Amino acid sequence: MAALKPLLYVFVYPGLLFLFAYGTFCEWFDRKVYARLQNRMGPTHTGRWGLLQPVADFVKLMAKEDVVPEKADKGLFTALPVVGLAVVATAMLLVPVWHVSPTASGFNSFSGDIIVLLYLLSLPTLIFFLAGWSSTNLFSTVGGTRVLTMLFGYEVPLFLAVLSPALLAGSWRLAEIAAFYQARPLLLLVNLPAFAISLVCVQAKLERTPFDIPHAETEIVGGTFTEFSGKKLAFFRLMTDIELVVSSGLLATVFLGGFPGGVGWGFVQFILKTLFIIFLLSLMRAATSRIRVDQVVSFAWRFLAPAAVGQLLLVILLKGFMP
Amino acid sequence: MKVQIPIGPQHPALKEPIGLRMTVEGEVIHDADLRLGYNHRGVEKVAEGRSYIQNLYLTERICGICSHSHSTTFAQGAEILFEIVPPKRGQFLRYLVSELERVHSHLLWLGVAGHEAGFDSFFMYVWRDREIVMDILEMISGNRVHYAINTIGGVRRDIDEAQRTKILDLLAVLRARTSFYLNLGTTEPSFVGRLAGVGYLSKEDAMSLCAVGPTARASNVPRDVRKDDPYGIYDEVPFEVCTADTCDVLGRTVVRIKEVLQSYDIMEYLLRNLPAGPVAVKAPRRPKPGEIVSRYEAPRGENIHYIKSNGTDKPERLKVRAPTLGNYAATIAMLKKGFIADIPLIFAAIDPCICCAERSVELVDSRSGRPSVVRWSELRRMAGRRAARDSKKRNVEWPL
Repeated sequence: MAALKPLLYVFVYPGLLFLFAYGTFCEWFDRKVYARLQNRMGPTHTGRWGLLQPVADFVKLMAKEDVVPEKADKGLFTALPVVGLAVVATAMLLVPVWHVSPTASGFNSFSGDIIVLLYLLSLPTLIFFLAGWSSTNLFSTVGGTRVLTMLFGYEVPLFLAVLSPALLAGSWRLAEIAAFYQARPLLLLVNLPAFAISLVCVQAKLERTPFDIPHAETEIVGGTFTEFSGKKLAFFRLMTDIELVVSSGLLATVFLGGFPGGVGWGFVQFILKTLFIIFLLSLMRAATSRIRVDQVVSFAWRFLAPAAVGQLLLVILLKGFMP
Repeated sequence: MKVQIPIGPQHPALKEPIGLRMTVEGEVIHDADLRLGYNHRGVEKVAEGRSYIQNLYLTERICGICSHSHSTTFAQGAEILFEIVPPKRGQFLRYLVSELERVHSHLLWLGVAGHEAGFDSFFMYVWRDREIVMDILEMISGNRVHYAINTIGGVRRDIDEAQRTKILDLLAVLRARTSFYLNLGTTEPSFVGRLAGVGYLSKEDAMSLCAVGPTARASNVPRDVRKDDPYGIYDEVPFEVCTADTCDVLGRTVVRIKEVLQSYDIMEYLLRNLPAGPVAVKAPRRPKPGEIVSRYEAPRGENIHYIKSNGTDKPERLKVRAPTLGNYAATIAMLKKGFIADIPLIFAAIDPCICCAERSVELVDSRSGRPSVVRWSELRRMAGRRAARDSKKRNVEWPL
C-alpha cells in the first residue's frame, strides 16, 4: 500500500487525472465567467451548461493535423509541449493538499519547496520563449521575445510578494506556512497587499489580458503558438489550464490559509479557494484592455516592485514586534 | 537588426486584404510601406454600363458599412444633373438615415478599436448597443445593411407617427449608453494608457497630407463638409464640428464618440421638425449633358463622386474618391516611430474601408519586381498555364 501511494499521487490526485479534469473545469469556469461579464453566453452546448467544451476542444485538437515547420528544430519543437506539461504537472505535487501532513516532510514537502514550486512555475515562461524561437516564424519570434521581456517585469515582484508571508510564518515549507496561518487567521490580513500584487503577477505569468501580449491576436497573429497545431497545441493549452490550477493553488496556500481538514473538507476547500482566485483573475481579464510590453515592465518596476518591497518591510517590522 | 514584418494581405487585424510592410528594429517601426490593389472590383467601369437608377444600387454596394453614403453622394450629384430638387420630407428622411448610419459606423468602429486594443468586454458591450441602431434602420428601410432607401428625387419609403416616436425613444436609450462609453473610454486606465500618444499626427501634417474625417478632426483640423460646404438640410440643422487636440488614437476615439452624440441631436431635430408632404418627386429618364462633383461627409470623412453625363440614360464616367484613400498618406506618417503593438490600432484608427478605396490594380512580377500591363485574356491564359504546371502539387492527401 505504501508503495502504491506515490503512484496514486502522481496519477490520480493531485496528479494527472485530477489535473486534467479540474484544469478543463477551470477553463470552463474562466470562460463562462468572462463571457457572462461580457454579456455573452459562453459555452452552452457540449455537456450540461457546456461543461465539457474544453474537453471537446482538447479531443478535437488531438485529432487535427500536426504540422512542423520545415526550418524548425524538429526535436525541440516536438519536445517542448510534453516537457511543459510535465513541468506544470510536477509542480502540482508540491501544492500541499491531502497527501502532505504539516509535520512530516517527504519527497513532495520539504523545507524550501516554495522556492522549487516558484521555479517550476517559471519554467513554462522559458518553454514559451523556446517554442516561439524554435518555430522560426517572424510572429513567433516576436512573441517569444515578448515573453522574456515580460518575465523581467513580473518575476521579481511575484517572488517578493509570495515570499513575504513565508517570512512572517518563518518557514520555507508550504505545509508549515499554511499551518501557521490556520492557527492565526488574522495575520492573513497583513498579507493582503502581497496577495493583490501576486494576483497581478500571476495574471502576467499566465499571459491573460491585460498581459496577453505574447499572443496578441490582432498584432502578431498567434504569437508564440503561431506554428503549433494539433497535438502540440492541445498539450500547450492543457499546460496553460494546469498552470492556472497550480498558480491559484499556490496563492490559496500562501495567502488564504491552505486546505486543512483531511481528504473531504480539504478537497472542498481546495476547490472553493482556487475557484475564488480564478474568479478574481477572470474579473481582471474582463475589466482591462491589453497594454504594451514596455508598459508592463515600467508598471511592474514602478508600482509592483516597490509595493512588494513595502510589504516585505511591513512583515519584517511586524516580526520584530511579535512575541 | 532590421526586419521586415508583413502585415497582410491576410492578417487577423485586417478585415480586408491590404499589404503593409513594416521595417522594424526590435519593437520600433522604422519604415512603412502600403500596397493596395488586392481587392479591386472595377465598380467605376461597371457604372458606365448602367442607368442612373441601377447605379444607385451599384454605388450602395461600394461599401458595406457606409452604403448609404455612396448612394447619397451619387443621388445628390445625379439630382443636379436631372435638375430636380427632392421635397423637404424626403431630404429629412434621407439625412436621418445618413446620421443613423454615422452612429452605426462609429459604434462599430468603437467596438473594433476595443478589440484591437485587446479590450474585448468593451467590444461586446458596444456591439450589443449598436443593435439598437440596426433595429431602427431595419424599421425605417426594411434592411440592416443596404438600406436602399435613396431614389433619384427623394427617398423610397416614408415613416409614420408610431415609428417616429419609437425612434425618439430608442435614441434616448442610445444617448445614455453612449455617454457611458465616453466616460469609460476616457477614464479606464489600461485603455487610455494603450491609446494615448499612439499614432501621433500633428495639425500641420494632417493638413498637408490631406487627412479627412475624424482623423483630421482629431488633429484639431475642423474639416467637415456638412459645415464647410453644406448640402441638403445641413445649413438649417444646428450642430457642432467635434475636434480634439491630442492628435492621437485617443483623440480619434473621443471625436467619434462626440460625433455620435452630435448625431443624436441632429436626428432629434430632424424627427421633431419633420415636415409633411411627399417623400420623392418623379425624375425624368435622361439628364442634361454636363458634369458634377458631389461631396458628402461620410462617417469616415469626405466622400467625392464625379459624374459626367452625355445626355443618355447612362453616365459617361463615374469617379469615386472614398475617404479611406484620403487617409492613407497620413497613416504612413502615423506608423513611423511607433511600436509593432500599435500597428493594428493606428491602422484601425482611420477606420479603413479598403475595398471602397481600391481604384486601380497593378501587376508586379514577384521575382523581378517589374510592373506590367496585361490584358484580361492574357491573364486568364497565364492562370491556366500555371494550373496545368502545378496541378500535381495541389493534389495533397487529406490528413485524416
